[in-house]
Amino acid sequence: MSTTLDLLIMLPVLLPLLLGAVLVLLGGRPTLKFALNLGGTLALLVLALTLYWLTDHDVWPDGVGVYLAGNWVAPFGITMVVDRLAALMLLLAALIATAALLYSLRRWSRAGVHFHSLFQFLLAGINGSFLTGDLFNLFVFFEIMLAASYGLLLLGLQPGRVRASMQYVVINLVASSFFLIGVALIYAACGTLNMADLAVRAATLDDGQRLLLETGAAVLAIAFLTKSAMWPLGFWLPTTYAAAAPPVAAMLVLMTKVGIYVIVRLWLLVFAEQQDSWAALSGSALVAGGLLTLAFGTLGLLGSQEPGRMAGFCAIISSGTLLAVIGYGGTAVVGAALFYLASSTLAVAAFMLLLDLIGRVRNPSVEMLAITMEAFDIDDAPDDSAGVAIPAATAFLGLSFMACVLIITGLPPLSGFVAKFSLFHALLNAGAISALTLGLIALVVVSGLAAIISLMRFGVRVFWSNPDMQPPRLHPSEALPASGLLLACIALSIAAGPASSYMDRTASALHEPQLYIERVLSTRPVTTENAP
Amino acid sequence: MEAVIALSIGVLFASGVWLILRPRTFQVIIGLLLISYAVNLFIFIMGRLSVNQPPLALQAGTDTNLFADPVTQALVLTAIVIGFATTALYLVLLLTSRGLSGTDHVDGREPSA
Repeated sequence: MSTTLDLLIMLPVLLPLLLGAVLVLLGGRPTLKFALNLGGTLALLVLALTLYWLTDHDVWPDGVGVYLAGNWVAPFGITMVVDRLAALMLLLAALIATAALLYSLRRWSRAGVHFHSLFQFLLAGINGSFLTGDLFNLFVFFEIMLAASYGLLLLGLQPGRVRASMQYVVINLVASSFFLIGVALIYAACGTLNMADLAVRAATLDDGQRLLLETGAAVLAIAFLTKSAMWPLGFWLPTTYAAAAPPVAAMLVLMTKVGIYVIVRLWLLVFAEQQDSWAALSGSALVAGGLLTLAFGTLGLLGSQEPGRMAGFCAIISSGTLLAVIGYGGTAVVGAALFYLASSTLAVAAFMLLLDLIGRVRNPSVEMLAITMEAFDIDDAPDDSAGVAIPAATAFLGLSFMACVLIITGLPPLSGFVAKFSLFHALLNAGAISALTLGLIALVVVSGLAAIISLMRFGVRVFWSNPDMQPPRLHPSEALPASGLLLACIALSIAAGPASSYMDRTASALHEPQLYIERVLSTRPVTTENAP
Repeated sequence: MEAVIALSIGVLFASGVWLILRPRTFQVIIGLLLISYAVNLFIFIMGRLSVNQPPLALQAGTDTNLFADPVTQALVLTAIVIGFATTALYLVLLLTSRGLSGTDHVDGREPSA
């Protein structure tokens, strides 16, 4: 009966696409649209949990589920594949999306037309990128995701947002061109775009074609590294994050991780296992790029005063650490890196939401929405900032901020510490300890220190030495999502044992690409019983 | 034929790169268009150059060397549609920026002379 289950693999893409289309047609009924959107996102959360469970419980052989769209066999048709890594990313996406959506209930969902549709299309693109087993489909899903993010970035139209969007859109359009060039080169070299088939054929190429493939992969990597903000391709990130509306910024944090996901997937599947000089070269390029990104993020974090930019640099530090560590390689190291990925993504997304709430402590006069209201002629202006003041709002904000800082900087007792500790442990046990290992560890520690300095400076300025501080008015729908994300981090630290053993299983599956390849290429199409 | 195609793609791409480095939004969008043309051509010729060869075989057992590669043609169609849509989106954005800031500079303000 695995065919019915296989259909589940397609649903995380289909559901948001259809829901997004329906939401376009509903017109001006904000409450109904919000309810539908929330229902869809919660359904995605349930789906992600189901897939997470299925990939880990021997339902599919080797924990890899394959769905053949249109019943075409693997290298020819469109293949959707779910494995532990994809399921983990889906779960992360659904968690952050739920939080971002709840957060936007009071204000942001009404700050622009078609917010709900764009939100669902963004989810369709993100989920599709995680599930696709085919390079060109990856491009299509990337573009769906990006097109929706262009629209969402403009949410609450302001001159600053338009300016940031112009840069963001141009950079992504150029990156997409690189993506296409890379895909075309890889197709020219191998004659296939299916990732599993690609991995098989890459091993059999002659030297000329091999060179073409490597050039293609390098060009392709530019596109993903731009997305995951590697230095010097990541200058767009702080500006964009600082300009975006808070729930959108939380989703953007997730989108940088899509770039990381693709690198982990493609690099480990096609290139890392091949013992030649190029694999080593690409690995050290990732490490070097990651280290530079880490250094850039550290300096940037120390130098920035504006909260939005600080959060952006936190995201860059997280990207840099991940890139360097993934390039370093080794099963245990990648497992620890995945734990770090989950913890840091949740924490930075929560930080994005918290910063907006903290902004109310710093500057109680509500941020202007006037331009949007005028531009879109929205009648039901939401009541200014929030309705009910929840008790002890300041204490709540302070505590949440502290938890966020603890996770981002990697101090005990929360998940950030567990993540960094297991990273160091894996790095030190991965074999011979070289200067590179020590340098990597040192830089990660220094970046954590810089984060402590910078975030503490911000916290002291806001909470302690702020003469005209007023207790902010928070609505539960704004306080819940941020604390929910933090609670997820806390759950991750309490359940660190099971979680990291799951990550280790994921990493060891990633390091045995032949299982994945065999599953994809050997899946037979469904035959109907009473076929003519 | 290879040289002509290669040169034209190169010239298109180079012009596009030069234009997107210019300060005015109109130049940037024309640059983006040129780059997308170059990329589309590039994808197309990755199926190898061929003249007067159909992309489909109607009878089984026909010599595949007599046919053009249909995959790149399908890819380039998708790429054209997506590129067209996203560039149109940028066009809307640049008009919005022009309306909000009163200038067509990419930074949204004229550089102080």
